[in-house]
Parts: sequence; C-alpha cells; structure tokens
Amino acid sequence: MKINISKIIIFSFVVFFLSIFWLGLKKDNNYDTKNIIGNKISNFQLPSIYNNKFISEETLKENKFTLINFFASWCAPCRAEHQYLLNLSNKNNDIKILGINFKDKKNNAIGFLNELGNPYDFVAGDTEGKASILFGIYGIPESILVNSELVIIKKIIGPINPKQYEEILQLIQ
Amino acid sequence: MRLKKIIIIYIFLFSSLYADENNLELMEIYKNLRCLICQGQSIADSNSDFASTVKLVVQDQVKEGKSKEEIYDFLISKYGEWIVYQPALTKNNLLLWSLPYVILVLGGFVIFFIVRKNKHNRAK
Repeated sequence: MKINISKIIIFSFVVFFLSIFWLGLKKDNNYDTKNIIGNKISNFQLPSIYNNKFISEETLKENKFTLINFFASWCAPCRAEHQYLLNLSNKNNDIKILGINFKDKKNNAIGFLNELGNPYDFVAGDTEGKASILFGIYGIPESILVNSELVIIKKIIGPINPKQYEEILQLIQ
Repeated sequence: MRLKKIIIIYIFLFSSLYADENNLELMEIYKNLRCLICQGQSIADSNSDFASTVKLVVQDQVKEGKSKEEIYDFLISKYGEWIVYQPALTKNNLLLWSLPYVILVLGGFVIFFIVRKNKHNRAK
C-alpha cells in the first residue's frame, strides 16, 4: 500500500488544530489577577480627602497588615461590602484599612462615610483614577491585603463576601 | 513681513506634524492593550472607565519619555501578560510564536511534493 505523505500531513494538521480548539474551549479564559499575589505594591503618594495630609507606602510598612480598599459613593456593591470593612476595623487591631476613593467627589465620599460609618484608618482620594492602575485595579470595589513588607497576600475583586471576610481573618492571624 | 508669514506657516505645519506623530504613538500603544472589562476590545476601541484611566496613565508615561516597552512592562507587572495583545516571546508561548513559521515551511513542502507529483504523473 502506497503511503500518501500529503494526506498524512493534512490529517495530522487537522487533528492538531482540533485538539488545540478542544483544549482552548475547556480552558477557563476568565481574567483574574492571581499572578499579582506575591508582588510588592509600588511606591505611591495619595492625598487625604479630609485634610492636607498624604499617605505613602512608607506608612503601610508600619502596619502588620493593611487592607487597601477601593470604593466610591456611586458604587452600589461598595455599600454591600461596607459592613465587613466595619467589622474588620472594629474587631482586629492587627489590620489597618486604607480606603482609596476612586473617581468620586470629595463631598459625596464624605457623605457616604458619614452615612454608613468610616472603617478606614486613612481615606485617600484618587480623583482621576490613575492610582488604581498602580495597584492593578480594573473595577471597583476591589481590595488588596498587604503585609508589612508591602507584599500582596490576597486580592479580592468585587465586594467582600462572608467567605472572603473569613479568609482575611485567617490570613492575618 | 513675508518671512514672518512663512515662519508662522512652518511652525503650524511642524506643530501639527509633531502632534500627529505623538497621537500615532499613543494609538499604537492603546491598540496593543486589552480592555480587561470589555469583550474583545482594545483600550483604543473602548470608552470604559478602565480604558480611559489606562489612556491617562499611558499619556503621562509617554510625556515622561518612557518607551513603549517600558510602558508595556509596567502594565504587565500590574495586570499580567493578558493586558497586551502581543505577548513577549517566552518559553511558555514559544509554540504560539513559532507555529506560523512552521506551518509556512510545512505548507511549502506540501506544495513542493504536490507539484513534483503532478510533474511526475505528466511525464509518465
């Protein structure tokens, strides 16, 4: 029997591409930021929404753990997670919470915190949203847990839920 | 007076050329950046909050004199390789980069064999 090389090559290609498509369909293509866990946060300096003070990465080095939470008064899911942030600030002294107010008006942010309570040790403003890129944020709410060496140990995309709240408590123990 | 007019026209022409060059560079960078919250859109195509923020950051970095590669590296460090449409060549994506060339060479071989076979048949 004569072997037809062209047919074998074409058949191999078809099998190869079908396998790639099959594997591609099975793979989870949802974007996540798992890859930034273990990275250090960049140098930053942000102004307070209340006064002329600034906060930088140097301040975070003094904390055992810092939860950096991006929020806005116009963000409905931020309201949903607010209770967990209040619980964290009330129950645990090992963690400090830095709130970064994203693309918001100062007065609206202050009103939001007056209404729901202020869980933050420092509330910084990021009016243009540029600081969010430094932290690898692509939507709000998002939270980043860092240790005193400024290494990211957890990232939460979307509002903090009860399971993630427990995970944060475990991580800071 | 005439010389003044010529100088003014030249200034206008060159400033617009410079502005276009700058915009072209920015557009090239935006087009290679994926909008992470949009389906199949680049930063250039999207008006989302995320895209407009990334555009501002890219503009700032271009103004600071950073190269395209430096800007991509910065964004990759924050969002991972997924943010760029054209990933850098690494051992993980070696197959992705080399496959088109492999297919080109193999396709050449297939065409060569078919042509040779046809010639051979005609000769018979």
